[in-house]
Amino acid sequence: MAYEPLLTRNMKRPHSESIEVYVSAGGYEGLRRVLKEFKPEAFVEEVKASGLRGRGGAGFSTGMKWGFLPKSKDKPRYLAVNADESEPGTFKDRLLIEKDPHLVLEGIIASAYAIECHTAFFYIRGEFHAGARIFQKAVDEAHAKGFLGKNILGSGFDLDVLLYRGAGAYICGEETALLESLEGKRGLPRIKPPFPALVGLYGCPTIINNVETLANVTLIAEQGAASYAGIGRPPKNTGPKLYCVSGHVKRPGVYEAPLGLPLLELINDRAGGMLRPDRPLKAVVPGGSSMRVLPAAKCDVLMDFDSLMAAGTMLGSAGVIVMDSSTCMVGALLNLARFYAHESCGQCTPCREGTGWFVKVLDRLERGEGRKEDPDLLVDVANRVEGNTICPFGEAIAWPVQSYVKTFREEFDEHATGRACPMQAAAAATTKAT
Amino acid sequence: MIPVRPETDRLIGELLTRYPQQGTALLPALYAIQDELGHITPESMAYVAGKFGVSEAFVAGVVSFYTMFHRKPVGKHHIQVCRTLSCALRGAGEILRHLESRLGIKEGGRTPDGRYSLIAVECLGACDTAPMCQVNDKEHGLLDPKKADELIRSLG
Ligand SMILES: Cc1cc2nc3c(=O)[nH]c(=O)nc-3n(C[C@H](O)[C@H](O)[C@H](O)COP(=O)(O)O)c2cc1C
Ligand code: SF4
Ligand code: FES
Repeated sequence: MAYEPLLTRNMKRPHSESIEVYVSAGGYEGLRRVLKEFKPEAFVEEVKASGLRGRGGAGFSTGMKWGFLPKSKDKPRYLAVNADESEPGTFKDRLLIEKDPHLVLEGIIASAYAIECHTAFFYIRGEFHAGARIFQKAVDEAHAKGFLGKNILGSGFDLDVLLYRGAGAYICGEETALLESLEGKRGLPRIKPPFPALVGLYGCPTIINNVETLANVTLIAEQGAASYAGIGRPPKNTGPKLYCVSGHVKRPGVYEAPLGLPLLELINDRAGGMLRPDRPLKAVVPGGSSMRVLPAAKCDVLMDFDSLMAAGTMLGSAGVIVMDSSTCMVGALLNLARFYAHESCGQCTPCREGTGWFVKVLDRLERGEGRKEDPDLLVDVANRVEGNTICPFGEAIAWPVQSYVKTFREEFDEHATGRACPMQAAAAATTKAT
Repeated sequence: MIPVRPETDRLIGELLTRYPQQGTALLPALYAIQDELGHITPESMAYVAGKFGVSEAFVAGVVSFYTMFHRKPVGKHHIQVCRTLSCALRGAGEILRHLESRLGIKEGGRTPDGRYSLIAVECLGACDTAPMCQVNDKEHGLLDPKKADELIRSLG
């Protein structure tokens, strides 16, 4: 049976970002249904029953997260939408924001209703200039049509959505750093617990959800949990997914399919196969740069939370970075190490110092000044970073380091013999961007 | 003497009441200042610290944390070339080196006439158009050296 796209269904229509086009295709009917047929708690249960897991990286049950909010309502509650999308290899939220902002906004409104919140922040990374303009326009349109503001669709429910632009910092995608940034501070992650559901923005109960997660809430509002839960690989990997493919493929892009799409089908069919016929697949990062790398021989996997976990990596943000045989894995890891060294917020010594060490050691390996013990040194430092930091950024660099060295050990050893990168000719142009 | 125009001052006053708590307005206020002045000057940091009732050091800490706040002037065309993995795999290094030689400046520099500045930045969430760059607020993807030349020419 052919799969009918849900998340990207409107995107081919001209002016898909406008409220007229969205409403004419049945948009906001899901919200109407939720406001009419569900009490807030009942819609939390509905989202639990759908099996929806967060699309921001960790894959945590959305309904369960909402359920962690305190029962008491003595403090305002906030919803912070994570539109920071900065994980290298990830560009799906951008597509949703630019091409179908109302699909996201409808999910935001239904979710805010469920968690009984009256102010939602849309935290969008500062570099998404067009996205911010488009989303603000969507908010204004929704206000004008009574989907936002006071007494939404006569339900008595009030909600404002405030767009907030980040200003260039990967770490602000981490949920507690995002809250600090929303409070007008440096984006330094907070120690957990307390979790944001109890102590979040301004010290009040706060839910942070990813853009794509909230677009999925719209689908649940429309078709109900039972039908939604039939998509993908139930019971634990339900719903549609946006997969981002970049690197050495013919057609990089965002592709929609149910959770559980075979990775090789994604690369070879959807993304058009390898860029050059003479350069076969060497490695794939399946879930954004923070996830462990898969060598070509292990790419026969399904793209869902549990299958990738079983394969020793994670779905993460579903940013699939494809590397062909011309790629120097030391150079690729050096490129990422520079990213993480630049983006570490510097609070934790293992993260701040470790990322610096990775760059230093990988750089000398690339230049042919490496030492025999360097591959072990990299793993040793990574092991000391992992589990010893305030936020999961530590793992986000420790995992790539451990897995690149382990999976491509020969290549690292070859670099460590004191000669410069043996793939220099092919790789210099590709992996050494700065 | 305040270092910004009255309109900007008024906008910042309005921002101070827009959010549930005043602190939230700091990033928008800094954007408003940068929109007018092109970068965040020391005087404007002192001014905004006064407006918010926080120390200048606090404001300086925030400004320096975020890469999009400039503490010195950038070019009229601020060229930000993505250097991260997906772009690097598709030739970002070549694009950056080509632009350096074409503009006669190093990464991180600005041309003497103030027309262009060139900087390598991290993933801009547009890896499907790699290699890509952003000039001010516009993206330009699927670059090769020839297209990069055309882009520079079109910027003027
Ligand atoms: C270093 C770091 C960066 C992150 N960046 C993002 C991001 O850009 N977008 C996002 O949605 N989640 C990001 N996350 C995950 C968030 O902390 C959070 O788990 C997520 O927004 C929750 O939403 P979800 O449950 O809907 O997935 C990041 C996490 C870490 C540790
Ligand atoms: S792990 Fe790194 S990014 Fe996270 S809080 Fe510590 S220093 Fe900051
Ligand atoms: S790596 Fe360049 S846009 Fe993502």
